[in-house]
Amino acid sequence: MMAQTRRKERLDRGIRVRTDGLYALMSWRELSYLTLPRVVLIFGVLALPFVMPSMYWQRVISIVCIYSFLAISFDLLAHFVGLVSLGGAFFVGVGSYLAAILNTSLGLPVALTIPISTVLGATICTALLLPCLPLRGVYFAIVTLMYPLALARVIEALNILGGTDGIMGVASFPSRWVEQYFMIGALLLFLFAIRRLVNLDLGLVLRAVKDNDQAVRASGMNVTFYKAIAVFIASAMGCLAGASLVHIYMWAGISQFALDFSILPIAATVIGGAGTLTGPLLGCFILVPISELLRAFGTLRIVFYSLILVGFIVFRSEGIMVYAQRKYHQFERWVKV
Amino acid sequence: MTREPILEVKELTKAFGGIMALHRVSFNVYEGEIVGIIGPNGSGKTTLINCITGFIKLSSGKVLFRGKDITGKAAHKIADMGITRTFQIMRPYYTLPAYKNLVIPLFSPRARRTGGWRGGGKLGDRNTVGIDILEEIGFERDSFVPYKLASTLPTGYLKRLELARCLALRPEIIFCDEVFSGLSMSEIASMVPLIERLQMDGITLVMIEHRLRELFRVANRVMVLNFGEKLMEGSAEEIMASEEVKEAYFGSEEVEEVMSHA
Repeated sequence: MMAQTRRKERLDRGIRVRTDGLYALMSWRELSYLTLPRVVLIFGVLALPFVMPSMYWQRVISIVCIYSFLAISFDLLAHFVGLVSLGGAFFVGVGSYLAAILNTSLGLPVALTIPISTVLGATICTALLLPCLPLRGVYFAIVTLMYPLALARVIEALNILGGTDGIMGVASFPSRWVEQYFMIGALLLFLFAIRRLVNLDLGLVLRAVKDNDQAVRASGMNVTFYKAIAVFIASAMGCLAGASLVHIYMWAGISQFALDFSILPIAATVIGGAGTLTGPLLGCFILVPISELLRAFGTLRIVFYSLILVGFIVFRSEGIMVYAQRKYHQFERWVKV
Repeated sequence: MTREPILEVKELTKAFGGIMALHRVSFNVYEGEIVGIIGPNGSGKTTLINCITGFIKLSSGKVLFRGKDITGKAAHKIADMGITRTFQIMRPYYTLPAYKNLVIPLFSPRARRTGGWRGGGKLGDRNTVGIDILEEIGFERDSFVPYKLASTLPTGYLKRLELARCLALRPEIIFCDEVFSGLSMSEIASMVPLIERLQMDGITLVMIEHRLRELFRVANRVMVLNFGEKLMEGSAEEIMASEEVKEAYFGSEEVEEVMSHA
């Protein structure tokens, strides 16, 4: 075999170095270099309801947002706290049943059911997950996977909360514009809030728990407490998604405990780039519409879907967002060794 | 000594299954002193620290801190009282820069309670306080070193980072688990004055060490563990003079070497 004579060299772009500090405020070019990616993301997402051709595709936007919530919540737990969560279905299920009960039994309007079931649902999820938080390892993943399966069977077997029929007659959003802009607005809010959180001192503690929980304990901090905070935030996002889903479908049923809500966000995180928070969102905006497009193929769509996933994992395992960030901030060239 | 001990360990026993790791170990630590703990590999030194600081549960016995029973309390609560420890195998947050490593202990309830503005929070930035602490502990402030990722730092700096993590908590006692091991002679030479300064600042130190020469220079008192039992306790001279200690496990050559240099 021939010895390798060249290698790829990666260098930070000059503008990236220049925009590191306050200096960036000195020129429009530097300013736009910093803000443009965010502006494109925000206005791109906000414009989506206008761009979409039909009612059907506008509905898809809302579903994309729901999966995005779950993907960001997965990314937060897995890559900033070190808890691998398969609990998307659990969070969605709890949030959706709570919202349905609050709406049909207590007659609360949509404007109240969503915030209440977000906070209450997150409290319930955190309390139920609390016993496995002091443990390290796979236990959290197993327990989060177990709860949605168990709860669905409990509802089925005891015939409570509407049994297999589910809870029907839940109020819908006032209009589809309200629905879409509520979802998009909440999604952007949570995305930027979480990105801010992981860079705060509290976020550093969470990342430290992932890195090295013994040292956090030796620093006089209760690891379980900080894990619980993270689980509360993540499950609040999941419950918000679930509560919105109920008002979109106007129905809560055991299919809201379906494992799709656990698995698809993970796939989206892999495709979008783990640990970037924006990546999982991008991943959902790619994966969910693709799975809608592939509906025409019937059961074959699973095959296409898997091929796309495998392709990404083999050829771009770092994820779109990590790749894009690198291209944006650095240039590459081949140099002779 | 007539003073009240800051830390009392009474008949501490720890069994892992059938193996007796520690058997009825009792000792006192007085405020402001440096106590050395030595013993051959597997004699239970690290287990002793783990038991006192709450990282593992002890089987029986009592640990009193300023007269208060802290036996079996959770590790984070014990650290919150000011009893801190370093780890023999360094445990920095590898994905964070060195100074960001200190933001985490500075965020703890104890640092916020005891630190005043130096604890960060509303009045001060934890990043700058972290860099201050790193400078105290021997990181060059104006170099790149405090800003480098912990994963890229050499052993000497990581050992210092371990101590810095304890200092961020404004501790009363630091248990140092082999802070000299793995360091070059020059690194140790710069570490010894640091230890002495911590003592002058009023911090009580309990040091587990294999580097006897350096330990005997700083320690006021030395305790010898062997097979989980306390063999003897006394000044460095007494330990070195003890035939029992010598024969039991030092191996006569090592003692001679230490004696000839000390």
